[in-house]
Amino acid sequence: MTSKNPPPNESVLDLARELEQLIRSRGEWLKGSGPESDIVISTRIRLARNLASYPFRSRASDTDRQRIQQILKEAIFQDADASQFIYVDLESLEALDRQLLVERQLVSRELAEGQGPRSAVIDRGERFSFMINEEDHLRIMGMASGLNLEEVWQRVSQWDDRIEQRVVYAFDERLGYLTACPTNVGTGIRVSVMLHLPALVLTRQIEKIFRSLQKLDLAVRGLYGEGSQAMGDFYQISNQVTLGQSEQEIMKKVADIIPAIIDYERKARELLVRENLRNLHDRISRAFGILRTAQTISSEETMHLLSSVRMGIHLGLIKEIGILEINDLFLQTQPAHLQKLAGTELDQTDRDIERARFLRRHLNKEDGSQTAPGGSASG
Amino acid sequence: MRCQRCDKPATFHITELTGGKPVELHLCEDHAREYLTQAGNEPASAGSMTALLAQQMAKQLALGQTAEELAELDQQVCPYCGISFYEFRSQGRLGCPYDYVVFEKELQPLLLNIHGETQHRGKRPSHSVELSRKHTELIRYRRQLQEAVQEENYELASRLRDKIRDIEESSS
Repeated sequence: MTSKNPPPNESVLDLARELEQLIRSRGEWLKGSGPESDIVISTRIRLARNLASYPFRSRASDTDRQRIQQILKEAIFQDADASQFIYVDLESLEALDRQLLVERQLVSRELAEGQGPRSAVIDRGERFSFMINEEDHLRIMGMASGLNLEEVWQRVSQWDDRIEQRVVYAFDERLGYLTACPTNVGTGIRVSVMLHLPALVLTRQIEKIFRSLQKLDLAVRGLYGEGSQAMGDFYQISNQVTLGQSEQEIMKKVADIIPAIIDYERKARELLVRENLRNLHDRISRAFGILRTAQTISSEETMHLLSSVRMGIHLGLIKEIGILEINDLFLQTQPAHLQKLAGTELDQTDRDIERARFLRRHLNKEDGSQTAPGGSASG
Repeated sequence: MRCQRCDKPATFHITELTGGKPVELHLCEDHAREYLTQAGNEPASAGSMTALLAQQMAKQLALGQTAEELAELDQQVCPYCGISFYEFRSQGRLGCPYDYVVFEKELQPLLLNIHGETQHRGKRPSHSVELSRKHTELIRYRRQLQEAVQEENYELASRLRDKIRDIEESSS
């Protein structure tokens, strides 16, 4: 089996250029478009697949993993428009670039920080990506802005079909697709919807919602943050069960609960506006004020304040800046993005100073530098 | 011994090592399940949460056994990938697709606990299940081949190479 279209970016220089372009573009999941996009940030679906003829990661040698990588890489690139993809060899990639891909949610932390032969194939438009040699041999991931389950599923499922023409998946009549961890066996699907829920956090209703979701076998986790207090009030809702239900049923289960959560968040926002507008407005304005004037600021505080400002924009309380710019800032103020945009590696103290400078530059209109995403004003 | 939370006999004896000093728990099956499920609910990420749950369940699998039964079970090894049951239950990850066959009896209650079902519904590949099974045999043959070469048993090695080629060619 030989590839007709080899990956376009085989050289290190090409890859550096590709990543550079990625930083300056707007990730699909932060486009801020799509249905219910004031609250639903993005929809993601991943499928876990394994080649039948190789051991799972815990028992695979480096030689096995190199072969797995070669087979899957060829299966993905075969018949595909190679210029659509960026091929990333994680084993040889610099730590900062690996972190950049994690911040953009194109690869998992597990893949980025893992060891041995492993790689990712990333769609230039950031609508999907493949992870090779993560926990399973192959993870196919699709993402879109807003609530878009069906569209993302079509994309992911089509890639699954295409790859399956070229390889033999580990599949069992009774247990479905066989995976390294028994929690993924069956469909191998994980459906996640990321929500921005600042009002539910502010009104302390979020825990109640989590508990009811857990009863429905749905998992909730915070984005970036550890524990139940999510950074920036972003929460990801996903299915737990992968066996015994079809992909459509699993998607429906997640999709069915989202409108109710959106409704709770809207009602919580209305309540805040109705009963506590002055305090809310004050809180949001102060958040905006700090972001525009701080001289040094941590990533956590930035996320927290940007979350308030994001809600303020949707409530019409902040008019100086648009939602897209705020969405960009969530990403660009993350440690790896910040350093790449500054063009140099920085320790934490210097990062906090650079972050504050970056925010001042992008949030103060008189500087006139808040036009393009990624900002030509970096460096 | 009675369960510490109800009157049923305690069949699960758990030693929790996460805190400062070990805590002994003696629970009936229902309360043990409740305890292990709750413990699995704490970590942040959906992935790690279910993975941890699986890991704890996998550890729990062996708890109903006597020490001898457990020792015997732990030594069970997959003839394909070589993972032992002990390795699986300590890391919560399987070694190859054939483990689902080798450890079927032990995995069944675990899968029921996680998914509430044991029969797949949904998508399936266009290739046959038989082809998938055959390809998984390659894992065993490749391992045997490596051993044969090490032992300088070239006759066996050559037979294994033929077998491997047959399977690989039958699918391309």
